[in-house]
Amino acid sequence: MLSFVLIALASLFFTGVIIRTKSITAGRKGPGIMQPVKDVIRLMKKGAVYSQTTSIVFRLAPVVYFCTVAMAALLIPFGSSRGVISFNGDFIFFAYLLGLGKFFNIIAAMDTGSSFEGMGASREALYSLFAEPAFFIILGSLALLTGNTSFYDIFSALHLGSYITYALAVLAALVLAMIAMIENSRLPIDDPKTHLELTMVHEVMILDNSGFDLGLILYAGYLKFAIFGAIIANLFTGGMSLLWALVVFVGTQFSFAVVIGLIESFMARFRMNHNAQFIFALSSVSFLIFLGVLLVLGKFI
Amino acid sequence: MVAINGLLVLIIAAIVVILLVNVRGKGMFAAAAVVTIAIVSSMVAIPALLGHSFEVMLTGTYTFGPVVIKVDALSAWFILTINFTMTTGIFYGLGYMKRYADQRNSITLHAIAYILLHLALVGLCAIQNAMVFLLFWEMMALSAFVLITFEHEKKDTLRAGINYLIHSHVSIIFLMLGFMYVAFKTGSYSFSAIADFAHHQSAMAGIALFLAFFIGFAIKAGFVPFHTWLPYAHPVAPAHISAVMSGVVIKIGIFGMLRMLLLINSDYTTIGFIILFASILSGVYGVMLAIIQHNLKRLLAYHSIENIGIIGIGMGIGTIGLGIHNEVLAILGFGGALLHVLNHSLFKSLLFYGAGNVYLATHTVAIEKLGGIIKKMPRTAILFLIAALAISGLPPFNGFVSEFLIYSGLYGWIGSGSIGTLVIVLFSLLSLVLIGGLALLCFTKAFSIVFLGSSRHVNIEEVQEQGQLQLVPMYFVGLLMLLIGFFPALFLRILQQPIALFTQTIGTAPQPIPVNITNALHTIGWAGLLFALFIIALWILRRWVSSSKPVEVGPTWGCGYPTSSAKLQYTANSFARSYSKLAKPMLDIGKKEIAITEVFPSKKHYETHTYDKLERYFIDKLIKLIKVVTGWFLFLQNGRLQRYILYGILFISGVIIIPIIIEKIMMLLHFLNNL
Repeated sequence: MLSFVLIALASLFFTGVIIRTKSITAGRKGPGIMQPVKDVIRLMKKGAVYSQTTSIVFRLAPVVYFCTVAMAALLIPFGSSRGVISFNGDFIFFAYLLGLGKFFNIIAAMDTGSSFEGMGASREALYSLFAEPAFFIILGSLALLTGNTSFYDIFSALHLGSYITYALAVLAALVLAMIAMIENSRLPIDDPKTHLELTMVHEVMILDNSGFDLGLILYAGYLKFAIFGAIIANLFTGGMSLLWALVVFVGTQFSFAVVIGLIESFMARFRMNHNAQFIFALSSVSFLIFLGVLLVLGKFI
Repeated sequence: MVAINGLLVLIIAAIVVILLVNVRGKGMFAAAAVVTIAIVSSMVAIPALLGHSFEVMLTGTYTFGPVVIKVDALSAWFILTINFTMTTGIFYGLGYMKRYADQRNSITLHAIAYILLHLALVGLCAIQNAMVFLLFWEMMALSAFVLITFEHEKKDTLRAGINYLIHSHVSIIFLMLGFMYVAFKTGSYSFSAIADFAHHQSAMAGIALFLAFFIGFAIKAGFVPFHTWLPYAHPVAPAHISAVMSGVVIKIGIFGMLRMLLLINSDYTTIGFIILFASILSGVYGVMLAIIQHNLKRLLAYHSIENIGIIGIGMGIGTIGLGIHNEVLAILGFGGALLHVLNHSLFKSLLFYGAGNVYLATHTVAIEKLGGIIKKMPRTAILFLIAALAISGLPPFNGFVSEFLIYSGLYGWIGSGSIGTLVIVLFSLLSLVLIGGLALLCFTKAFSIVFLGSSRHVNIEEVQEQGQLQLVPMYFVGLLMLLIGFFPALFLRILQQPIALFTQTIGTAPQPIPVNITNALHTIGWAGLLFALFIIALWILRRWVSSSKPVEVGPTWGCGYPTSSAKLQYTANSFARSYSKLAKPMLDIGKKEIAITEVFPSKKHYETHTYDKLERYFIDKLIKLIKVVTGWFLFLQNGRLQRYILYGILFISGVIIIPIIIEKIMMLLHFLNNL
């Protein structure tokens, strides 16, 4: 339960920190840290406009999407406290829940009958297809390393190893951070601030959403960031006391947000047709982690 | 014994009655016969599933030897699966066939073939005698052929039907090879002879025997590269026949493999790796080709190949588990495979029923012509959506449960084993993940292009929701799917006995399913319920918050372009384009294009055709070769009756004379030896 509360708290500030970092590097005054949350609240108070092409699927999808992300947050442990839902193989459930959310996002975009949204939907489906193997290989490597198959057991057993374990954790953190960028459609995969619908992925899919629905989708995005931040923090907190774990958690979430802000300030989006290759390259990095684990376990002899 | 005879008499009576009554009556009696078979066989199967297997020995004939009819837990699981889909299929069929009511003779044949198919499938699960098994196998193949070719006046249908018939008989050749080899060595056609034979022979002989059976059953089940009949047969058959074919007929191939695994207690590790390899190939290849299909039923057919692959992965790791004496792996592998057999028969039949409804309402299954049907057929659309989510393996539906078991097996296996095994585990995991992702891509495409947006070609005003006769069976299928999704632990417990049959083969006492697995499934069930509640709560909140707010309806945002039309929508082809560009080397897409080259656009044209690369290189090449070889003997077929009579006379005299000559020669040799 503790982890869920912490993730919910982190999600309130996460995107604000990204935006603040961006405005500081750009030398702008910029909005306050709470501005994204304020936006969500304002949107939820608003009425909505629906396209006449859409059906019930379009209205249901944001609700389902939000629920999948919230359920996924329930699965994440924190330090020595389990997630609300925890069982052997819960990370499979986690990945497939996020897949369910994506499924609904995609069909909602297709429901509008707009070619732009269809384009975004097609890209989203393809990118998520390529991002998933990396996640499963990382968790598989960690399962191999620790001999456990649930988030909580894996993370609490992770600290027992040598320095190499930490090196692997850093590498895993890197890949997970990139997966988080793909999941949330940020740079360098997708540019949420681009001016042209043709060049968007996620933003173009929600062009027709408004009011409460748009609020849900935006907040689900913040929550997703916090979830991945929490997973990354968990790579390092195993076996720490609660206080230290808390410090690491806050530090990780904050630095993750700042790093994203810096990347978004200094990088441009990749060319669309190179994205698939880039995402697939992530899988090969996760293979490196797998090989590292084999090295640690002495399986190479 | 009495029950079996009674059932046969009843079925023959039903067939006779069907010949006599009117079209409406034919349907009713066929349904009654199918329900009777289902009830009688379930009465035997349910106790068997709980561990009280049923066995009778019929006297049989001189050639066959005694015929053992045995329903153990494995047969029971398949019989129950078959019964459910065959029953929903016949009721759906009653509604579906209404529009063909004027084709009286075809309907008679169709109804009788359906009953025979059901009888054959149930029989195949229980018969323990090779000769009778092959007879029933043939009965299944022929009745399925009749069912597929219902619209036999269409050329495509007939071609697909004959394609299927040939494949079926190639499959029979391999099965006969296996059975006859055993019969030749042991002198018995009984299945227990196979077990004895495999027990006394070397491991190599066991593997060879299994391979013969594996290929025979793989053709039926649709493993790559023996899958090529499936994508032709499924689209041309009536919807309920496609559902039955894909849901249960191909599963009898899986049943055959499992049965042979129980009998041929040989080098399980090697056999397991063979199955695993073939399954990974089927799974990935099936879904890769499914994405580029633009015929809804053909797309679903390729998904059957994919799901057979998933079942096979479970079966493969289960068999390896037996081989390396890893009980948990065996339990998870076979448990996942058996549950996926049921799951796939459910969601695939639901998808085919949905496709059937779409076909009846719009007269087409070409995805590119459809769109926006959800507004006219909301029930069909929602049921199709549920099935699409389930087949993509997403929680909280049933497909996730069986895939989860297989994943758990793989992740459990990762902890033990050498580097070689680890690489194979990783490879299997990767392919399973890839299958999941590709299935998601494919079903978002299929569902959204067919049901969402606005109609591309079909006049949407004429589309109507189908009648209750078609929808009610679909509700039942959907309900069972949700039950499995929300109470997965219960279904794994039901599977305890069939799984125990496998773990017993390596000589250990039957073990309960590991606690952490049942716990995990319990939690998944609860999490699914929680998730559903969560959605409902948020939906109500959303209604409550936005009830006081102004809601407008307007045109879709066209990104600044004022006119948006249905023609500008994303098509199935464009949705899959970025994928098909990446996967181009593996696919076979023919393109005809007249592009715009001049300043002033002239007439332009664009069309694509997808073909199966394996079919091109594996089947078509083979057929070409056979044609060349048989072409050498073409002079024999010259159309002269006199010649044909001559061949007959030559054959008959050969049959009579050759043994006599041989006998004389032997006598001569004997005489010479004695000199």
